[in-house]
Formats: sequence, C-alpha cells, structure tokens
Amino acid sequence: MNLAIDIALWTIVVALGLTLFLRDQPMFADSLRFARREFFALLPRIAIGMIGSGFIAEILPKQLIPALLGPESGTTGLLFATVAGALTPGGPVVGFAIATAALKSGAGAPHIIAYTIAWALFALPRVLVFEIPAMPARVVWLRVLVSLPLPFLAAWMAMVVGKP
Amino acid sequence: MSRPARKRRAFDWSAAVIAALAFGSALFVFIRDGQARFLEILTEDLGLFGTMLPKVLAGCLIGAFVTLLLPRATIARWVGAESGLGGILVATVAGAILPGGPFTIYPVAAAFLVAGADAGAACAFVISWTLIGYTRAIVWELPFFGLDFVTWRIIFSLPLPILAGLAARYAWRFMKPAAP
Repeated sequence: MNLAIDIALWTIVVALGLTLFLRDQPMFADSLRFARREFFALLPRIAIGMIGSGFIAEILPKQLIPALLGPESGTTGLLFATVAGALTPGGPVVGFAIATAALKSGAGAPHIIAYTIAWALFALPRVLVFEIPAMPARVVWLRVLVSLPLPFLAAWMAMVVGKP
Repeated sequence: MSRPARKRRAFDWSAAVIAALAFGSALFVFIRDGQARFLEILTEDLGLFGTMLPKVLAGCLIGAFVTLLLPRATIARWVGAESGLGGILVATVAGAILPGGPFTIYPVAAAFLVAGADAGAACAFVISWTLIGYTRAIVWELPFFGLDFVTWRIIFSLPLPILAGLAARYAWRFMKPAAP
C-alpha cells in the first residue's frame, strides 16, 4: 500500500515535471529550486513533530485523553476538540503533533477529525496574519462564521460511517 | 543571519516549542521507562519518518510544478466567470487543486472577488483549500496520521466547502448594506 502511494505520487511528479520541462526549461529549473528549498524547510519541522509526538503520547496521563476525547466522550468531547483545535497556536507541526499524540493516547478518530478541521479553519494567527490583510475583513468573518459547524459535520459523518 | 528574512524560516517559535516539548518528553520517558522503551519509540518514529520522506518530497515537487503550470490568474478568471452553484463548485475544485501556503492562497481568493466572484465562492475556495488541498494533505497530514485516516478525513470534508459556500452566499445578503 505504502509503495503504491509512492509510485502513484512519483508518476504524477514525472508527468507534471515532463510537461513543464517541455514547455519551459528555465521555469522547470526554477521550480526544482523552489521545491528543494520548500523540502529542506519542511524537513526539520516534520522530523521534530513526528518523533516528538511518539514521546509526548507516551508521557500523557493514560486516562486523560480517553476521558476528554475518547469515543465515549460524545458531543461534549467534540466541542472540546473543536475549541482546542481553534485555540492551538502555531503552524501545522504543532497541530498535527498534538493530534497524533492524542490519537496514540486513545482519542476517538471523529474527535481528532474535528480537532484538525477546527485547527485548520480557525487558527487565529493564520487568520490575523495572512487572511485579514489579503481579503476584505467582512468576507473573512463571514468565512469564519459559516465554518463554525464544519468540524461537527465532519465528525458526525465519521461517527455515522464508523471510519476511520 | 546573512540571508534576508523570507516568508518561511526552517525554524520558528512554534517548531521550537514542539522541539522543547519533544525533548522534554523524550528525557522523561528515558528516565521513567529506561533506555529500551526510549529506543523502541525512537526507532518506530524514525522508521515512519523515513517512509514519509519520498512522499513529502513528491508533494513539494507537485506543488512547485502545478504552481507554474496553472497560473493563479487563470484560476481567478474561471471562478470569477461562474455564478450560481457552478461558481461554488468551481471554487471548491480550484481550492483543492491549487498548491501553496497561506501567503499565496488568500490573495487568490481576493482576486476572485475582484474578478466578479461572490463571497460564497471566495469562502468555498478558502475552506476547500484549507480542508481538501492535496499538497497540505500529502506533505503534512500523511506523515502524521497515515493514509487511512487522511483519506477518510478528506472524504468527510468534501461536501463542507460547498455547504459553507452556500451558507455564506445566503448570509452575505444580510451583511450587504454596509458593503462598499
């Protein structure tokens, strides 16, 4: 399965790369440099997040996460996950490392879905630093307003379907 | 510090916080549970990290290629030209396929509005990029959660930009009077 994803991804990489190479070679070289810079910027964060989440999960009190976010915690747990996601500061490495640690410690999958969706939609630093300066503020608040139910909708779908 | 401060540094305060947490937790595990358990966790996570590297690199390359193959101005025109449910659907698809970080994606959404898209389409675009953008999923989410979780998370997210876009279009009518 793992190999199949790698093959699929790299087939896409080769197809897109070839298209760009045939169309515009200097641009192709530029994009390789851009991708390399991006990759090496991401590498240390992902390494820290992935290795860190294993250790953080190990030291979390064994009853805390299942009680707060476990499959039995229901809608209260979803609300807690959504608020926690919205309040989690920092970039992806923080949100995903915390979510992974919680999942390893017994949180329910729907709760982690709600957490990651809330974090992706509402992370205040991103809204304030990137979204507000770029877009009309009224559209941004409208965007936040209509996003409020989304973590719950996704989590409820996960509960109904029983996956992942 | 000879390089000028660019939009992204390899290490910022949030990565530093997680690094401190990770280091503290690792130390705690080492003292509480001993070297064997410490190494067990470390090798497991390192192995996972190793298998994810080719995917992260592929995600970076796909993002870089698509950025150049699909100019943002083209996308803005597509979305701006559509109205009704079509506009929201096109915006959702555009958000899902357009790579890039927050510093590039929000200006595109602003460009939609200039190109004639309504607030509903702009909201659908931002939410779609946030929730079903594939480069974020490949580069960030897959390493942490694995394929099964991410696939289901995305499937459950598919209808959300459309629903939110329609809600936004409806709510916008009541916000309109103060608009310029």
